[in-house]
Amino acid sequence: MAVTLRVNGKEQSVETEPDTPLLYVLRDDLALNGAKYGCGLGQCGACTVLVDDKPVLSCLTPLMLLEGRSITTVEGLGTVGKPGPMQQAFIEEQAAQCGYCIPGMMMRAEALVRRNPDAGDTEIRDALEANLCRCGTHSRILKAVARARDLKRGGGA
Amino acid sequence: MNALSRRGLLKGAGALVVSFSMSRAFAQEGEVAGGAPKEAVPELPGALAQSPFLDSWIRIEADGSIKVFTGKAELGQGVKTAILQVAAEELEVEPRAIEMITADTGQTPNEGYTAGSQSMPNSATAVRNAAAQARALLIGQAAGRWSLDPATLRAENGSVIAPNGETLSYGALVSSTLLHVEAQPQSPLKAPDQLRQIGQSMQRIDIPGKVTGGEAYVQDMRMTGMVHARVVRPPSYGAQLQAVDTAGVDAMPGVVGVVRDGDFLAVVADKEFRAIKAMRMLAKAAQWSESETLPDSSALPDFLRQLPREDGTVASEGTPVPSAHTYEASFTRPYQAHGSIGPSCAVALWEDERMTVWSHTQGVYPDQKAIGEMLELGPDRLRVVHREGSGCYGHNGADDAAADAALIAQRFPGRPVRVQWMREQEHGWEPLGPAMVTQVRAGIDASGQISEWNYELWSNTHSTRPGPAGALLAGRHSAKRFAPEEPELEITKSGNGDRNSVPLYVSPSKQVVWHFLKDMPLRVSALRGLGAYANVFSIESTMDELALLAKTDPVAFRLKHLEDLRAKAVVEEAATRFGWSNEPLPQNTGRGFGFARYKNFAAYCAIALEAEIDPISGRVQVKRVVSAIDSGQAVNPDGIRNQTEGGILQSLSWTLFEAVPFDRTRVTGIDWSTYPILRFSGVPASVEVHVIDRPGEPFLGSGEAAQGPMAGAIANAIRHATGLRLTDLPFSRERVRAALMQAAGTELTQNG
Ligand code: FES
Ligand code: FES
Repeated sequence: MAVTLRVNGKEQSVETEPDTPLLYVLRDDLALNGAKYGCGLGQCGACTVLVDDKPVLSCLTPLMLLEGRSITTVEGLGTVGKPGPMQQAFIEEQAAQCGYCIPGMMMRAEALVRRNPDAGDTEIRDALEANLCRCGTHSRILKAVARARDLKRGGGA
Repeated sequence: MNALSRRGLLKGAGALVVSFSMSRAFAQEGEVAGGAPKEAVPELPGALAQSPFLDSWIRIEADGSIKVFTGKAELGQGVKTAILQVAAEELEVEPRAIEMITADTGQTPNEGYTAGSQSMPNSATAVRNAAAQARALLIGQAAGRWSLDPATLRAENGSVIAPNGETLSYGALVSSTLLHVEAQPQSPLKAPDQLRQIGQSMQRIDIPGKVTGGEAYVQDMRMTGMVHARVVRPPSYGAQLQAVDTAGVDAMPGVVGVVRDGDFLAVVADKEFRAIKAMRMLAKAAQWSESETLPDSSALPDFLRQLPREDGTVASEGTPVPSAHTYEASFTRPYQAHGSIGPSCAVALWEDERMTVWSHTQGVYPDQKAIGEMLELGPDRLRVVHREGSGCYGHNGADDAAADAALIAQRFPGRPVRVQWMREQEHGWEPLGPAMVTQVRAGIDASGQISEWNYELWSNTHSTRPGPAGALLAGRHSAKRFAPEEPELEITKSGNGDRNSVPLYVSPSKQVVWHFLKDMPLRVSALRGLGAYANVFSIESTMDELALLAKTDPVAFRLKHLEDLRAKAVVEEAATRFGWSNEPLPQNTGRGFGFARYKNFAAYCAIALEAEIDPISGRVQVKRVVSAIDSGQAVNPDGIRNQTEGGILQSLSWTLFEAVPFDRTRVTGIDWSTYPILRFSGVPASVEVHVIDRPGEPFLGSGEAAQGPMAGAIANAIRHATGLRLTDLPFSRERVRAALMQAAGTELTQNG
């Protein structure tokens, strides 16, 4: 079955079994590294991406539900040469140890600040509750998201 | 990297192996039990003692390009950046001028494992000294060409500069043999006040790629023609494969083949999700016999105490003085998991009768040996290359996944095989941090000084790393059935289960015994800090009880029993920054303190924290943490902070939430719902780390220093808040609630 998606702003037609979770479509068919496999069970958030601006666990979302939807992965937030505000903030705060959980954290945070540009520290913390980090980078992740929110609001605050 | 250049690398590997100035000895970490080599006594600084040739560490080409080699692997601890900094410092070049090559049996020195907080003391020290000596050789070359006194020359930005301003670039000075010389014991290291890179919080070089979706992990490797494999693991440790009908699986879309080798079962498919579906089908088709091999988890401490044991004396010093008061208690720690967020993964390619394995192993050379034994391949036909994985914190499934990939790849010549473990496989099969029981009896004399210290611990070895093929699941399960190595009791300076079992505190007598348990009903190996976590937890809990008996503030009591000035300094720094006092706190809130010098010879770490205990639910919420760490000369202070913050939060997770559940047959904690860990709601409002820099002192490494002190500090805060001394890890809600109810009941009976 062929499904047409918009991935990071680009039309993509994917021809694969309809029950394939989006995670494997992104990684295997589209060669994108951002969404990570962590559990495949909806327990860790490592696979979080945006579907029409909402955070979605790509490991649990089959391709057949996604016809015509717009998907954003961490690759869609910027590049090494031109990092977006969320990426910039994580680099500035050095908010990674192994970094494996980080793209999922960034995508969930991105969804939050798109929805609520004034999200406070408690809202940030609550939003990230679904995502696990084993390295104990939590404090830096919280600081990075707050910084990204401020960067997005125009560099200040 | 594309398939072509990978193949190019692979072809080149043979030449590199041959020309490589090989190590004199096998680098060791003091972490490996059994027949492994002992720690070397270095006559040369750091790991130069094992790999003395300068060009094992640094190569400069005629075009001026510089490569720095380290046998250590980036595990998310920032070591690649820190080693880059020391190399750039002593070579007098910008960090961006250097290409870093890490752990690769085809290219880098054999530095054993990246473990035990040894990368800075061993590898960074070697690179720093090698770089300084290389700089001196380059200056010497220039002096010869110009007929000038080398003392009048200086190096800057990749060139040697004469007093008249004339320059010669490193590329122009270097020859193929210049750096192929053995290192000298003394190096012309730059003076502390001349340092430009060391001591700077340089941004980590790996982070930009990781936050933009770059190919950062072995999981991200995509090679031309690559296929996806999944292993069907036995349903329990003791299970044996009785029968499997693979016909249905073979017919599934995309399936390339099924591999059966003894009890080792795997399936390979063209696409990843097809491999998963085939794995599920294959698991259904397999029939296993299972047996009960595990102890009763509800009586684990008793089980450990009654296992056959061999006793090792860790310390037997001095004679006790009479005690006015004594404190006696037993502490326990359950099996705990590494629980990497990304399950283990590896890629292997069998081509032209040669194997290349890309793995997030902590030890490319030990893995090469183990996989080589399993597949009967010599080092000339087997190359193991490190690629980053998710954080591992010790010996997780990395080596096993590498062996899986190699075993499978040999059946599919020319096709790169990617093996990705499933979540339940990582949880169910990774080697766990061993359960431990400790028993302490300590006293104070009439003046409030410690009078005696007696300590016993019951524990397995904390390292079953490869080494032998029997250390690998694929080796054990395959038809050859390699047997795991018999663990052996060994008392070393670094310690293993006994790591940090001897308190640093002054006592007229210290008696410490390790009851070494050979039986390993659950698979165990190295987890961050090894025995230090439970030992420091036990010691620091006891110190607070002794302070109470001595009616002395716990921080003052510690300071009274510390002689080492650097130890005192971290304790004072943490206490001052925290605002340690005896001021009353709100109800159900307590302060706690913990300290240790890791291994008693590495980094010093002290932690003060405040925690609130909800008496209804039993929930412990750590509110703020302030710590101080001295890991010698700080190469990258922010890197040290990052590692220490991580250690603090991971130890918080172990201490409040984590115990691997199992029944008589199998591990039942196989995902994040059956093995919960810290989530954001449990993260303290603030975690501060203060780095005490010691310019001119050796690098001590930082990765594991916080684990024990954090557990002690939490236990002590609970004691302060509630009066309860909790001795059994973890301090789960249920445990804390039960202890509070029991205490309340006792009080009622007493008052009634
Ligand atoms: S991988 Fe999707 S939630 Fe864990
Ligand atoms: S940074 Fe390693 S899991 Fe979060």
